[in-house]
Amino acid sequence: MQTGAAAEIVFDHVTKRYPGRDEPAVEDLSLTIPAGEICVLVGPSGAGKTTAMKMVNRLIEYDEGDIRIDGTSVRDQDVTELRRRIGYVIQYVGLFPHMSVADNVATVPRLLGWTRDRQRKRTAELLELVGLEPEYGKRYPAQLSGGQRQRVGLARALAADPPLMLMDEPFGALDPITRDRLQLEFLRLHAEVRKTVIFVTHDIDEAIKLGDRIAIMRQGGVLAQYDTPDHLLAHPADDFVARFVGADRGLKRLALRRLDEIELEPVTGAAPSDAPRAPGSTTLRDALSLMMSEGADPLVVVDTDDQPIGLLSVARVGRVLSEL
Amino acid sequence: MSFYNPQTTPPPVIPNFGTGSKCEVENHTFCWGWVQHHWGDTLQPALLDHLELTAIAVSIGFAIAFAAALLAYRYRRLDQPIGLVSDFLYTIPSLALFQLLVPITGLTTTTVEVALVSYTLLILYRNILDGLRGVPAEVSEAARGMGLTPLQTLFRVDLPLAAPAIVAGLRIATVSTISIATVAAFVLPKGLGYPIFTGIKQDEFKTEIIAAGGLAILLALTADALLVVVQRALTPWRRA
Repeated sequence: MQTGAAAEIVFDHVTKRYPGRDEPAVEDLSLTIPAGEICVLVGPSGAGKTTAMKMVNRLIEYDEGDIRIDGTSVRDQDVTELRRRIGYVIQYVGLFPHMSVADNVATVPRLLGWTRDRQRKRTAELLELVGLEPEYGKRYPAQLSGGQRQRVGLARALAADPPLMLMDEPFGALDPITRDRLQLEFLRLHAEVRKTVIFVTHDIDEAIKLGDRIAIMRQGGVLAQYDTPDHLLAHPADDFVARFVGADRGLKRLALRRLDEIELEPVTGAAPSDAPRAPGSTTLRDALSLMMSEGADPLVVVDTDDQPIGLLSVARVGRVLSEL
Repeated sequence: MSFYNPQTTPPPVIPNFGTGSKCEVENHTFCWGWVQHHWGDTLQPALLDHLELTAIAVSIGFAIAFAAALLAYRYRRLDQPIGLVSDFLYTIPSLALFQLLVPITGLTTTTVEVALVSYTLLILYRNILDGLRGVPAEVSEAARGMGLTPLQTLFRVDLPLAAPAIVAGLRIATVSTISIATVAAFVLPKGLGYPIFTGIKQDEFKTEIIAAGGLAILLALTADALLVVVQRALTPWRRA
């Protein structure tokens, strides 16, 4: 695997058993994560999602099967070199408290023997990428807020431009507002750098929001379903998946669609002046919520110049859902 | 053939039996004149010897405790046996330990150092090990996950983070060694304990005891203050 590019990850019938336990932690897991995609491993505690992730950088060794990165088994690589080529982000960040932010970010480049100049340039670039002012480089982790620490954690994981990132509940310890903002920024950042990402969470909403694909795992480390968010919500494979994604899965699907992505009803004549208006970037779910709370049907969809581009009725929303 | 040359040959030594100042004759509690008079022949050498005894004891003690703590950090089951040995050494009364060692190592500096070193071990070992174990789990995991080797993790992460606890241990060990080293005068005419010892034998005259005791306290305070400076220099991140 090369740095810079993204890598394809293959789990090939991987099983992990911990000594003294009857049930395997991960059982016969097979899935392929295409290069550049975000794959979210989600499931209840004890479903083996963190174990599955940590087998990729060999913090945990698997017993059977194989894990391949761009066709090469992780077992055929030196474990230290392997880890330096995989970005690693964890829930409590694990920044080094005795090092400045800049030194934290430059950890792997330093291990790889980059020149000081190159380290400095890369650090500045990364701080900007994760939305931190350059002067934060001189601070110590204790001087940062939780959200800023996780930004630094993200920058540190990206430092050597790894083709793969492992993220273990990176936003789990943050307050809801900070988490929401970081999730959106992470998506923006991912669109920019296009790494392959394995992301572990127990929060199905986070999985739906971030994942290109979602692997739902259940007790005993069994893969229940591996699919795109939309398909998962529309066609849950069994009762477990249906329960896990929630009874509101219809509404969750609406959250995946924006008004400017669906076919709207044409505006005939003048738009009703008292009807609520929403920009095209609104999700169907938020639009529906607005119509319900305003008691209005239809809703006027407007462009960035506040000019009506179409109408959305409740009936239309229902049709859209059945067509998807 | 040589001639007596007053410029190169030192004058013949005439023993100075001393007449004693008024203060000394009247036996006041503390005579500053005595201190000035005996600084060069008694107090200064005693202070330097004391410093040497302490420095050697703490250095050797630190080297042993450091190695033992690294072993116990790496192999957890070694912690209990090592801890028990250092606990046991620490509980032996210092005077008894000096006397016990005399038949083996004689009335030598070695006797004194063996005893002093054994008292530093427990404090240093516990502090170094606690410091290493105090490294947050997520920090260790991040280090491993990013591809630091175990040795890199030890030197770049674990030890710098353990530095405050290690220096705290050094401070206690140094101050207590300075104090215990005065007892070494029972074995050896060295260190600040010796003037105290002769002062006790002289019974009436107190200046020698007070001067030497005061110097021991000053030495302890100075050493402690220096180590605080070292501690702050090693851990700029703690003040951030």
